[in-house]
Amino acid sequence: MEMFAETLIGGLLAGTMYSMVAIGFVLIYKASGVFNYAQGSLLLFSALLFVTLKESGVPFTVAVAITVAVLILIAGLIERLLLRPLANRSPMTLFMATLGLSYVVEGVAQGLMGDQVHALDIGIDDVPIFVGNVMISQFDLFAAATALCLVGILALLFNKTRIGISLRAVADDTRAALSLGINLNRIWQIVWAAAGIVGLVAGMLWGARQGVQFSLSLVVLKALPVLIIGGFTSIAGAIAGGLIVGAAEALGDTYIGPLIGGGITSWFAYVIAIAFLYVRPAGLFGEQAIERV
Amino acid sequence: MSASAQPILDVRNISLSFKGVNAISGLSFSVAEGSICALIGPNGAGKSSLLNILNGVYRADSGEIVFCGDHFRAIEPLKAAQRGIARTFQNIALFKKMSVIDNILTGLSRHSEVNLAEQALRLPRARRQEATFREKAEEMLEFLELQPYRDSVVGTLSYGIQKRVELGRALVSSPTLLLLDEPLAGMNAEEKAEMSEFVTGINRHLGVTVVLIEHDVGIVMSISDHIVVLDYGRKIGDGTPASIQSNPEVIAAYLGTVQ
Repeated sequence: MEMFAETLIGGLLAGTMYSMVAIGFVLIYKASGVFNYAQGSLLLFSALLFVTLKESGVPFTVAVAITVAVLILIAGLIERLLLRPLANRSPMTLFMATLGLSYVVEGVAQGLMGDQVHALDIGIDDVPIFVGNVMISQFDLFAAATALCLVGILALLFNKTRIGISLRAVADDTRAALSLGINLNRIWQIVWAAAGIVGLVAGMLWGARQGVQFSLSLVVLKALPVLIIGGFTSIAGAIAGGLIVGAAEALGDTYIGPLIGGGITSWFAYVIAIAFLYVRPAGLFGEQAIERV
Repeated sequence: MSASAQPILDVRNISLSFKGVNAISGLSFSVAEGSICALIGPNGAGKSSLLNILNGVYRADSGEIVFCGDHFRAIEPLKAAQRGIARTFQNIALFKKMSVIDNILTGLSRHSEVNLAEQALRLPRARRQEATFREKAEEMLEFLELQPYRDSVVGTLSYGIQKRVELGRALVSSPTLLLLDEPLAGMNAEEKAEMSEFVTGINRHLGVTVVLIEHDVGIVMSISDHIVVLDYGRKIGDGTPASIQSNPEVIAAYLGTVQ
């Protein structure tokens, strides 16, 4: 029983890290209707930039500030050079553009900062703590708390500010939003920058756990089942999806893995995602595709 | 009649085609400041296309629009909104998952002057603007008798109410020119009467110039100062309701088939 609780809690906490990656996708998908394949590369780029700055002696907060500033700049460039010229093109065109973007970003990251693995210490010891007899990773708790804060900030931004109202308007009906004088380009810049910052936080946490390295950009593939389960258009869905995937992976690895020779974490999430596609193709919280007029 | 002689909108020789099919050919007319101008004509006559040109959704192939003294052939929808051209859509284009009050608040976008940082940190300027906007939105709810639906999610409301919310969202921006695409479509007689009263009220009391598309000829005749009749993208009539009613070409093309 304790082992079950331990596995479940560990899985759920790890799942919040998946959620954070998935939230970056949801933000962009809602505002610009694009599945941003480059989210993983941007996450890698920002984590790498942060760790490189930190290794060259820049203090933690300054390194974060510089990285955020660069992310805002990148969001502006992406909007100007990619989204604006390709506005009103098919979702496939935009997806291909982000696919290209992901390689450009990775290439630039590698060219500027090299391809070695960096250890990232963000000052949280991974010493387990005990709640009763259940062992919980302190780092996972910290990551989950960070995710919670992040979601809280996003919720405030989207529900309590004018930008939030504009963003929801754009997500609901782009043409009507334009006709009211909502500056779509500005909204895109803001959302891509916000997604970049969410990616940075996720990248720092993932990087602290497994080192900042090029395989980080592959979290994009981990986010996919999370998005399929939760729905592409819902932040709540991204959270639920992340928790489900995290818990399922941990439980599956512990209880099903040994029966079939282990190594199931790499594909178990996809099996669940496919099951969801059968019964809920729009995900738990997703909406049915609505044609934009 | 509240119309003055000064045209606020001058459509000059506008043409538009889609893949070789002419939607509008050489259309010219002008709208006097403070008037209600109705565009009528059979389906496919080019009425909605013209509205879409006026607020920048479509680009005219040739011709020119003069609005408040500014000349342009094409305008970006964002610019049109910023200059005070507000509109409603033929198939209601509200933000269906948002509440009525939030929908109305989006209408004030063109007046927003605070930046993201000010909003995120809730600095005084942002809070002041928010308060002013809320006040304007509440006034609009009152004006259109929408207070009972204030916090309802728009998608759950009846069609007639949604049409009114959309009108409020356009009107709250204090537009110079209000474009209404079939404001009475799909309504029952009672809703139509209410809505046309709102439209004339907006025009008389707020002084907003209105260009509307409507198929209910009876109501069009009673609320409009000026009617432009289109058929196959061409203008076949232009004048006061009385002169339109006696225009033989119009009767043949349009009125005759209705009555």
